[in-house]
Amino acid sequence: MDISDKENSCLIVGGSHAGAQLAISLRQMGWQGRIKIISEEAYLPYQRPPLSKALLAGKQELENVYIRPETLYEKQNIEFALKTRVAKINRKAKTVETQTGEIISYDKLALCTGARVRKLEICGTDLAGIHYLRNFADVSRIKGELDSPKKIFIVGGGYIGLEAAASLKQLNHEVTVVEAAGRVLQRVTAPQVSNFFHAKHHQQGVSIVTNKQVAEFLGNNKVVEKVVCTDGTVFEADLVIVGIGVRPNEELAAQAGLKTNNGIWVDEFAQTDDPDIVAAGDNTNHPNKLLDTRLRLESVPNAMEQAKAAAASICGKPTEYASLPWFWSDQYTIKLQIAGLNTGYDQVVLRGDPADGNDSFVAWYLKGGKLLAADCINRPKEFMFAKQLLAKKIDVKPEQLTNENFELKQLV
Amino acid sequence: MPLIKYIDHAGNEYEADVDVGKTVMDGAMDNMIDGILAECGGCCSCATCHVYVDESYLPVTGNAEGMEKEMLTAVNEPKDNSRLSCQIFVTEEMDGMTVRIPESQY
Ligand SMILES: Cc1cc2nc3c(=O)[nH]c(=O)nc-3n(C[C@H](O)[C@H](O)[C@H](O)COP(=O)(O)OP(=O)(O)OC[C@H]3O[C@@H](n4cnc5c(N)ncnc54)[C@H](O)[C@@H]3O)c2cc1C
Ligand code: FES
Repeated sequence: MDISDKENSCLIVGGSHAGAQLAISLRQMGWQGRIKIISEEAYLPYQRPPLSKALLAGKQELENVYIRPETLYEKQNIEFALKTRVAKINRKAKTVETQTGEIISYDKLALCTGARVRKLEICGTDLAGIHYLRNFADVSRIKGELDSPKKIFIVGGGYIGLEAAASLKQLNHEVTVVEAAGRVLQRVTAPQVSNFFHAKHHQQGVSIVTNKQVAEFLGNNKVVEKVVCTDGTVFEADLVIVGIGVRPNEELAAQAGLKTNNGIWVDEFAQTDDPDIVAAGDNTNHPNKLLDTRLRLESVPNAMEQAKAAAASICGKPTEYASLPWFWSDQYTIKLQIAGLNTGYDQVVLRGDPADGNDSFVAWYLKGGKLLAADCINRPKEFMFAKQLLAKKIDVKPEQLTNENFELKQLV
Repeated sequence: MPLIKYIDHAGNEYEADVDVGKTVMDGAMDNMIDGILAECGGCCSCATCHVYVDESYLPVTGNAEGMEKEMLTAVNEPKDNSRLSCQIFVTEEMDGMTVRIPESQY
């Protein structure tokens, strides 16, 4: 496709981290055709990570977290259709249909539809005061109900639940987190890291209850008042936040006959089975040569870097996306930075002592003696070196990882 | 409004007017200057916003400290004038400052 042809049109469905980066990357790569972002949300692309952090804690407002300013989109001639949901793709005609029946044609289509929250399917979820945390609209509703100190009940001890707990505790609310598994962050970290965060929240006055499952919400005047657990325990609550994971928005692609399986199936160039359709972000199932596996990720770095690869494919300059996954989480004064994926680890070794009160250590994950991942708690330097060790597949011995006097720099 | 100059790996120069209180990283993002990816959105977690600050402006910007300094010890080619641009909040005194974007960020 001739990227200098002004008649071409690239339509992007979803205006968040992936969609915004894709549009900007297209212009940086010389795409001169039309670019239009269709987004269901009412706002220009904004950063999602602050939703459970600075935004919820009231330290930042929406205007501080826009990914790019409106003036840049105007200057770059990137069009938006906000509050517009795409309902259908017609691949033969190369058009999409919006929920209101408008038909928009494309030459290239980018699916950046991300993910949506997994809903709790129990009685009482229709009561007022029960919230999820994915969009700015969610945060704004939550904040609207927090005019005075409240009893806040958080369902799910994952990153989002814990970040929300930290932000709300700092605003002096009474916060309880309930986790169905035996420990917080069970799905993603080693017991040592879970225990550290559990203790930290406890120290800050957040109550964490594990091995407990919510059975139903009870209310008065249609407003939530009580949370009933399967074992009969009852908690009082003025406001509930449910954070139990997300689902990829892949249905649009599936209905159009594109392959999906826990995400829209793309190759290392972010290309779907249709040569005119790419996909990037939380919604894709993609291969990663570095990790030698297919995976679906939920992180900003993934959304941005894959979007760059998608833009390159559209411009006919395919560049492989094979980055090392990484993630971060901020809670109180703790910065957690995670390099790599620990899936399948059989050994965890520590650098530093989680219990010495310094809030500074690294949990290294190995499998068969090979380094897989590192959870770095207030250890930015080790995080940076871990990324390099993993990306370059450098051999490292557990004794080197645990020895504070051993400079990792020597290895990279 | 202070004017910040960004020089890329190939020596091309870009200028951006950046509001006081915004960061040098914001200036690059808001003006589509390539090479500063800012994956963490400015929370000092990614180091994809590394720049070299014109030495004569170092007294104004200050040197990296704390977390930022730690991150910078492990970037490609750290130098004495290395900073994470998301941690440099623009002031009037920075008008005319030049920052160079390292080659590894392209
Ligand atoms: C509270 C919170 C905290 C987080 N913290 C971190 C963090 O610290 N670090 C990190 O790396 N990641 C974090 N994440 C994850 C990160 O935000 C996501 O990985 C990222 O937003 C993915 O971007 P995306 O563009 O793929 O999709 P999304 O951000 O999910 O955006 C998809 C957009 O497409 C729209 N859309 C979907 N379907 C349609 C349709 N049919 N028509 C029109 N529009 C549609 C959606 O409404 C949405 O606006 C956090 C997420 C949340 C919710
Ligand atoms: S933008 Fe991530 S460290 Fe500066």
